[in-house]
Amino acid sequence: MRFLIREHGAGAIRRRSLAVVCLFAAGAMQIARAEGPQKTPSIFAPSSTPANSILSLSWFVLAITGGIFVTVGGLLVWALIRYRARPDDDGSEPPQIYGSTQVELAWTVIPVLIVVVLFLTTARIIFAIQDAPKPQAALDVTVVGHQFWWEFRYPKLGVVTANELHVPVSPALDPQPTFLHLLSADVDHSFWVPQLAGKTDLIPNHPNEMWIEPKHTGVYLGQCAQFCGIEHAKMLLRVVVDTPEQFDAWVQQQKQPGVQDASVAAGRHVFETEACTNCHTIAGTAARGTFGPDLTHLASRATLASGAAMNTPENLHAWIQDPNTFKPGALMPAMQLSDQQINDLVAYLETLR
Amino acid sequence: MADQTLPIGGAIDVTPQRRSPALLLEWLHGWVVTVDHKRLGILYVVYGIFFLLVAGAEALAIRVQLAWPGMHFLSPETYNEFFTMHGTTMVFLVGMTIVFGFANYLVPIMIGARDMAFPRLNAFSFWLTAFGGLLLYYSFIGGFGLYGMGAAPDVGWWAYAPLTARAFSPGHAMDYWALSLIVMGFGTLGTAINVITTTLSMRCRGMTLLRMPLFVWLMLVVSGLTLVTITPLTAAQIMLTIDRYLGGHFFDAQAGGQPVIWMHFFWIFGHPEVYVLVMPAFGIASEIVPVFSRKAIFGYPAMVAASVGIAFVSLGVWAHHMFTVGMTSVGNTFFVLSTMLVGIPTGIKIFNWLATLWGGKIQFRTPMLFCLAFLIQFLCAGLTGIMLSVAPWNWQLHNSYFVIAHFHYVLVGAIVFNIFAGIYYWYPKVTGRMLDETLGKWHFWLFFIGFHITFDTMHFVGFLGMPRSIYTYEPDRGWNLLNLIISIGGFIQGIGVLFFAWNMVRSHFKGKVAGNDPWDAWTLEWSVPSPPPPYNFVVDPVVHSRRPLWDLKHPEDPDWKYEA
Amino acid sequence: MSAIPVSPGMERWELPSRGRVGMLSLIIGESAIFTIFVVAYVYYIGKSLSPPYPQQVLEIPFFNTVCLLSSSITIWLAERQIERGKMRRFAAWWAITIALGAIFIGGTAIEWHKLIYVDGLTIRTNLFGTTFYSLVGLHATHVVVGLIGLTIILLFTLTGHVREQHSERIQVFALYWHFVDAVWVVVFTVVYIAGR
Repeated sequence: MRFLIREHGAGAIRRRSLAVVCLFAAGAMQIARAEGPQKTPSIFAPSSTPANSILSLSWFVLAITGGIFVTVGGLLVWALIRYRARPDDDGSEPPQIYGSTQVELAWTVIPVLIVVVLFLTTARIIFAIQDAPKPQAALDVTVVGHQFWWEFRYPKLGVVTANELHVPVSPALDPQPTFLHLLSADVDHSFWVPQLAGKTDLIPNHPNEMWIEPKHTGVYLGQCAQFCGIEHAKMLLRVVVDTPEQFDAWVQQQKQPGVQDASVAAGRHVFETEACTNCHTIAGTAARGTFGPDLTHLASRATLASGAAMNTPENLHAWIQDPNTFKPGALMPAMQLSDQQINDLVAYLETLR
Repeated sequence: MADQTLPIGGAIDVTPQRRSPALLLEWLHGWVVTVDHKRLGILYVVYGIFFLLVAGAEALAIRVQLAWPGMHFLSPETYNEFFTMHGTTMVFLVGMTIVFGFANYLVPIMIGARDMAFPRLNAFSFWLTAFGGLLLYYSFIGGFGLYGMGAAPDVGWWAYAPLTARAFSPGHAMDYWALSLIVMGFGTLGTAINVITTTLSMRCRGMTLLRMPLFVWLMLVVSGLTLVTITPLTAAQIMLTIDRYLGGHFFDAQAGGQPVIWMHFFWIFGHPEVYVLVMPAFGIASEIVPVFSRKAIFGYPAMVAASVGIAFVSLGVWAHHMFTVGMTSVGNTFFVLSTMLVGIPTGIKIFNWLATLWGGKIQFRTPMLFCLAFLIQFLCAGLTGIMLSVAPWNWQLHNSYFVIAHFHYVLVGAIVFNIFAGIYYWYPKVTGRMLDETLGKWHFWLFFIGFHITFDTMHFVGFLGMPRSIYTYEPDRGWNLLNLIISIGGFIQGIGVLFFAWNMVRSHFKGKVAGNDPWDAWTLEWSVPSPPPPYNFVVDPVVHSRRPLWDLKHPEDPDWKYEA
Repeated sequence: MSAIPVSPGMERWELPSRGRVGMLSLIIGESAIFTIFVVAYVYYIGKSLSPPYPQQVLEIPFFNTVCLLSSSITIWLAERQIERGKMRRFAAWWAITIALGAIFIGGTAIEWHKLIYVDGLTIRTNLFGTTFYSLVGLHATHVVVGLIGLTIILLFTLTGHVREQHSERIQVFALYWHFVDAVWVVVFTVVYIAGR
């Protein structure tokens, strides 16, 4: 038993390390081959310039650290095998070696050189991403973080929306990156869509800038990455990357005031008289509240409550009845409306494309 | 050879045996009023192990909640309290207490002293820490009581402003957090002052600074670092309390304040704090690896220099926790460099341990198994740390499960593994009995396997975009199976720890009698009986090298011939 | 046992005094706390969104400062007296130290009274108020703790419990008082000179 365990000591560590490396390589290659938006928002599936730069740097760093791991780990495992105490040992002490100036110098100088290389490579990418010049054609979006939803404003286009960010794709021949200006209305948040860029925090009284340059159309997933309170987990992000035509169409639609469909006037009446206007805005009505998301085009969005539920009439009904159904602790109170009122309201909100 | 009493300076122990106390109350009273560094050390470690079990249970509850998406095991509020308390408890009530508990017990004996420099301050510091822990946990029954899980802090152990302001954290959760940590901080400060003073002012004759055991060196460095590490946190928490109760504006954005300076102050504490936790682990490894390789530590002066270097450089790396807050490119670049630089002396230590093993006769006893696992795990932890120091990559990895994997590799893989190693190594000295080897090996393998199942996997789920601090996650993001694996590994570790707890209790009554020197080691603590008498040494020892017992056991080839 | 050489330096085995090392360690820790409050003060200079501002309301406390810094001299004189066993003179200089420290605290109280009731500056008024009262208040708290210690020692001296053999301990305590004065030099410079 003792012999087995001794063997296990060195061999098991080596076998385990090999398994880990293989698992990692397989997994990474599997994900890295994919293009465009994925259901799994992996940092190994970048689809935007800054995310791509980061991944290239990451592979380089991984190669170096992997090499160090294999070398030092290998030496360690070798030492455990070669210098283990044998069962037939005579009990004498091995030669006592107190140090060696040459060896110690070597293993100081080599890490310093590795650090120099890593540092210079890293510095280059920091400046390339953070201090990237902003092209004329860049799209400006102001992102305001709230507990627990995202506000998106397009200052030059006159559009205000929530929770779903629409941006145009940026082909190589006609780049149109999107520059995000990050603010917060309450506590710290962080904007993280791994396939598009590294994350940047939204901190009150501390405006930040970041940019994305998506290369493929589709819907990219992310979520808030700085703990912001009880429903931090449900502050999800959807970035919809459109073709230029789709994007222009979307902007045009968003600029319209709220649809005034006479058949749902009852619902609009509920909205305007039942305190909803304290928190929400619907352009073209008297509702000018800013504590909660702008609802002018609520029906054009795929999800409710920043991704907490899909945008269906049933879910909308449940949400208005009691937000705690999907997001316990969300700051919207249960509005104490009757079933009839909610039905009318939902019918109205469903027309707000 | 290992079982003989080895008299230092020809001393023979003539004290009468301590009469065992007749009453339970008398026994308890002895423990409450003690100023003996050994008893206080034991109190610290027992306190720490108790909270290890509590915080471990919190972790397992977290892992049940995350084992599958959409679980309702913990409400969002309770989950947030649990991860906050898990982190706070593990750092302050487990890490700091056990580390300073080891220091309390071992430092005086290792330097040939009879007690710490300030025994009453020592006792006061322990009881302050103990009270702070009770205050922190009282929060679970404060507020609305157990219904709604009380008022335990729920803002993450880093407690970023402005989430901690009265506006966003009404009630007293934050106050329990701030006040209990301020109280514990004063306790830690007292112990740090004690360790520094003891080490500088109470070494036995012949023990120059460069002849002290490396564990003592590391505790000296760590205590010095603590003086300037804990105090910034105390300052920041005073500022937070002023904001919350006196209407101050330190972190109040509305008044022009900057929440970012909380982050700076917290991490100016937080980063050196992890070195405060890990360097004693280095010290433990530096005692155990040589003994079970049967060789002196390779490069003692370099190990000392590296430790001092790490302490200093660690004061200048804190903003690598803040690469995403919007510092300038120049600011970010500076912290990339300083962080990479701190990796150099750390790496040197790994090489020194490796060179100690090299050419030795390695014995795979339980303390050594934990140390060997520490070596490979700390290597990984250091390398993932280098990955995180690359700021652009950090912009992806920050606040993801990759970071959690990294720091658990350090905190568990390096620190907890070495604490277990140290307990298996010194338990015989403290209690007079050996811990059972078979149970020890069960403990080791279960814990090792569980650790790797959990924390190796965790790196990947971070790569796949899963952020931290979330009570549940979307079911279609591809994180489900990985989370389940992580959770299973957690339970395997828990079983391993149960083996450990059973071993500790059982061996106290049934363990093999240890004698003075069961491991055939070389530092002064192995020259006194197990357990040592209250006064430690009958006659003050005199030493001539770093390994006084080696000199006595090998008079034909003593160390002082070779040491510079 | 083989012949063990007596290494150089072992004939006289002298280590630093425990009291001094302990007090110096405490001072290092306290300096770190003060540093953080000073950093916060400096960071927020000029950032208050509303008045009163430092230039409008702060008057340089010359007299207070002279008193406090002189008390370092008087305590030093007291230390010299007890070294020589001159207990009456020691008590005298010690008492003068306490008086000077008390004047400093009194002066601070007068200054704060004016700031609060005349200028309307409190800890919650603006960033200047918050950082000013915390930093100066933290220092004043340390002065008060020092005064309490000094007074206790004076009482023990007057009842004959403090003697020449305690001069080392007196010097260790005096280190704390010197530290408090040194901190005032920094606070004074940052708040009343650099920050106005």
